[in-house]
Amino acid sequence: MTAATLEAIAKVEKSPGYWSGVLRRIARDPVAMFALCVIVAMILMAIFAPWIAPADPYRGQMLRRLRPIGTAGFPLGTDELGRDMLTRLIYGARLSLTMGVTPVIIAFFIGSAIGITAGYVGGKLNSALMRTIDVFFAFPSVLLAIALSGALGAGIFNGLLSLTIVFIPPIARIAESVTTAVRKIEYVEAARASGASGFTIVRVHVLGNVIGPIFVYATGLISVSLILASGLSFLGLGVKPPEPEWGLMLNTLRNAIYVQPWVAALPGLMIFITSISFNLLSDGLRSAMDIKA
Amino acid sequence: MLTYVAKRLLHTLPVAFGVSIVCFMLVHIAPGDPLTSVLPPDASAQLQAEMRKIYGFDRPLPVQYGLWLLKTLQGDLGVSIATGRPVASELWRALGNTLMLAVLATVIGFVLGCLFGFVAGYFRGSWLDRLASFVSIIGVSVPHYWLGMVLVIIFSVQLNWLPATGAGPGGSADWAWDWVHVRHLILPAVTMSVIPMGIVARTVRALVADILSQEFIVGQRAKGLLDAGVFRHVVKNAAPTALAVMGLQLGYLLGGSILIETVFSWPGTGFLLGQAIFQRDLPLLQGTILVLAMFFVGLNLIVDVVQTMLDPRVQRS
Repeated sequence: MTAATLEAIAKVEKSPGYWSGVLRRIARDPVAMFALCVIVAMILMAIFAPWIAPADPYRGQMLRRLRPIGTAGFPLGTDELGRDMLTRLIYGARLSLTMGVTPVIIAFFIGSAIGITAGYVGGKLNSALMRTIDVFFAFPSVLLAIALSGALGAGIFNGLLSLTIVFIPPIARIAESVTTAVRKIEYVEAARASGASGFTIVRVHVLGNVIGPIFVYATGLISVSLILASGLSFLGLGVKPPEPEWGLMLNTLRNAIYVQPWVAALPGLMIFITSISFNLLSDGLRSAMDIKA
Repeated sequence: MLTYVAKRLLHTLPVAFGVSIVCFMLVHIAPGDPLTSVLPPDASAQLQAEMRKIYGFDRPLPVQYGLWLLKTLQGDLGVSIATGRPVASELWRALGNTLMLAVLATVIGFVLGCLFGFVAGYFRGSWLDRLASFVSIIGVSVPHYWLGMVLVIIFSVQLNWLPATGAGPGGSADWAWDWVHVRHLILPAVTMSVIPMGIVARTVRALVADILSQEFIVGQRAKGLLDAGVFRHVVKNAAPTALAVMGLQLGYLLGGSILIETVFSWPGTGFLLGQAIFQRDLPLLQGTILVLAMFFVGLNLIVDVVQTMLDPRVQRS
């Protein structure tokens, strides 16, 4: 092979790939880009909370409880213990985002591993894995999350654990069905015929083709996870007081709806904005990658 | 068809078996001793051992599971630790309340979802599509427990039109289909209907757009078929899937009603579940989750069978 042909091959490999096409398409989607900006803003708010927030999220004053929105010094009012709402909403992003996003990330890795293994190996292992997954899939997700964290007891770790268990089955199912479809394509057969090991085939030929659809599906679960995670704290499972977390804040402010209704509703608005942004971004990603629902 | 039903049933049995194991294990993954909520903290070792024997906790797990399953299959879900009443009778009452709420919410959600989804799919790309799609994405993104609170703030606190909580002036025992009671149903049912509305709308939109782009529709149109005729084709093709989605949504609502029932203090299974969790009433927790999960498994089976009956193409694939 001459140097020229080698160079030509290298050039072919450098041609804009699938992912850059996806990026280009999504960059042209104004709704998805707006949603991305909101999400980035939320993340920055969570990271830099101590520098942005005007007050201490834990310290309240009994004398200035439940002030309305627009009070001097407390632009979003105060909560039932006289703590600054704006501060607590900013700090709330930390736990709410962590509790909502982490389970999906962990479940993405574990679920993909289970699904791809089941789909690629097939046969008895597939049946054994997928029938087990079916059992967990037989529970409505809210019920399973509440059953697990209800039995395990309140706490951040138990909440994360329950939610992770809830999201593994759906991701594993998608991963299994996509992998089973890819396994039957000729180039995988060809790789096997040429003597490539199972691990190599999965890494080189299967992974690249299945990870996209699984990833998009997983991003769609983030909004569900956010709502569920805050829902657990709202019920008194999950995060415990006095930590600032949107779901928990909604819970402790529930009795205040007769005094300061709109202050009490603020934490839910934050959950709503975050969850709809993740949904819009996931939708944009889906159409940019041309995956049918 | 019969063989399909038999096959589907055969597939459901092991799932149901697995579900029962998960429910049984719930009590055992709970931290601490399952007896802690029954016994005073200073109970003597002898008393503890005795209670362990009475509740059967001294036997090996598989034996405990076998005995529990046998009792459960006979309709005996044990006795609630908090109230001392049989779990089955507590559940039965609550289940009626939750079913009423969930069925109503599903119907509202289905009708609105079909409407929005159809409009969006039929006028794809127009401002109507964008509006309907926006409404449906709100439906799937809104934390429904928060929506419930907001509706209470608007319609109970500010306007004072509808009651904020409960299932009627005298609780749930004397439910009747009159205005006094139905008023209590409106806010929780509307809140609950938002999720199936969003999901049905998104499904129907995709279905309608897909059917409209198929060649037989284009062909029929070319032959001069009017919009009414096209509409008939679309409905016939979209109905099985839309109904299947609705059936599953009913199951999700039944299982996930706890958040909304907590907001509205609605005396259903979710409320019961909340009680069970916070009083650490493990038999009640176990029983409620088992019944709700089995309901979901059964509903899945029915949905699959009905969908295959309506649309034989499903069976072949």
